[in-house]
Amino acid sequence: MNQNFANARVISRPVRWMYLATGFFLVLTGFGQMPIFKRYYIADIPGLGWLAEFFVTHYIHYLGAIVLLALAAYMVADYLMSKRNSWNLTASGYVRIALLTGLLVSGALLVIRNLTGSSLTAGFIIFLDLTHLGLVMVFLFVSLYCLIFKKHWTTRR
Amino acid sequence: MEQQISRRSFLKGGMAAAAGVAAAGIPGTEALAAPDESKQLATLIDISKCVGCEACVDACSEVNAAKYPNPRKPFPKMVPSRVPVEDWSEKQDVNDRLTPYNWLFIQHAEVEINGEDTELTIPRRCMHCVNPPCVKLCPWGAARQLENGISRIDSDLCLGGSKCKKLCPWNIPQRQTGTGLYLDILPSMAGNGVMYKCDRCYQRVAEGELPACIEACPEGVQTIGPRDEIIKKAHALAREINGYIYGEKENGGTNTIYVSPVPFEELNKAVEKGKGKPHLKPVKDTMAQANNLAAAMLLAPVAGIAAAVGKYFKNARTLKRGSNQ
Repeated sequence: MNQNFANARVISRPVRWMYLATGFFLVLTGFGQMPIFKRYYIADIPGLGWLAEFFVTHYIHYLGAIVLLALAAYMVADYLMSKRNSWNLTASGYVRIALLTGLLVSGALLVIRNLTGSSLTAGFIIFLDLTHLGLVMVFLFVSLYCLIFKKHWTTRR
Repeated sequence: MEQQISRRSFLKGGMAAAAGVAAAGIPGTEALAAPDESKQLATLIDISKCVGCEACVDACSEVNAAKYPNPRKPFPKMVPSRVPVEDWSEKQDVNDRLTPYNWLFIQHAEVEINGEDTELTIPRRCMHCVNPPCVKLCPWGAARQLENGISRIDSDLCLGGSKCKKLCPWNIPQRQTGTGLYLDILPSMAGNGVMYKCDRCYQRVAEGELPACIEACPEGVQTIGPRDEIIKKAHALAREINGYIYGEKENGGTNTIYVSPVPFEELNKAVEKGKGKPHLKPVKDTMAQANNLAAAMLLAPVAGIAAAVGKYFKNARTLKRGSNQ
């Protein structure tokens, strides 16, 4: 209880909810880059037809990435300026930060790939595609583990 | 208290800045996205010269026959059952549309030129976009763009999800079920064959040869060269014949530039359109909207840090005020 209460204050509630909502839409639109939602009837559910529109999911994925980048920078800067003397990152916190960093870096490289005239090699692009997908799968499993076993990102010093 | 400060600082400062940047569009992104027109090769297709003899179609089939699908039958049972089986293996001779076995076809248009009814014939195939959405948004990197502007689909990697066809403004790629990598992974549950389209004879081009359709044409309908030079030639030809250009701006620019003696609006009305028979409508740049957000991604961390710094100083001021009281 104490840890929960303490942990709830290291990141404010609005920021936490914004992070969760952004993550949800990023995962949803990210999986939407594969042609699966139409095939498996998800896009047939009223209100979810947009999940089969690749340019729409792509655009929303970019918007989500902008919000995630801003949130990540905010949380890192806030931690370094105000929190690091009173809070420590836990092992699972480090793992999740490493995975998120990998997702942001591979995602940023894929954004560069999508610009006109980008010159990344075909082999590297395949590596990026698979890395981005692999990292999000691992991140989801780690997040599920942390949720079930109540592993927090930080702990009080 | 901490939560209120955090919410104000972050939401008002950081997110407003990021959203503003995202909504406004970023000056300079266009320059960042400028194609290297000296490296990409484009083709100029002079529609007024084409006689519809189909020598290009035959040459294409002959040269690319080894790349055509050789599906394994019976096809895996698809799950769910609504996933369409697309089998062209028994219809390999179809040449009046695009198929996995026919990457180039001749489109016919009855138009009026100088008061005379005239039939124009138009070679149609992949446009080889300067920034091809089929390549850029392929989830596996199975589609790729070569430095010389050719976009091609690697039949050893493609899973046949047909995303490229849906993304393509002209719906060019065509699927053959029962072939490719998906057969070795989850043949019923994921994938559905391989997508096929013109690869502008990339192996011949790499060896300094012409694409087969260009070499075989008895009328010299097509010319190939660096994109900037081809664009100049297209404009010169258009001026000469008082004609019209298609492909220079479509989808942000393509490497297939058509010049026609009649407006493309008329041609588009006159040609038969439908499955495997692409239109000639104007096409907006499909990759531009998302790419305009790219620069906002560079600014987003700055906005986040600014919000954290704002919160820090606001906190400090609040504490100072509290201690003074």
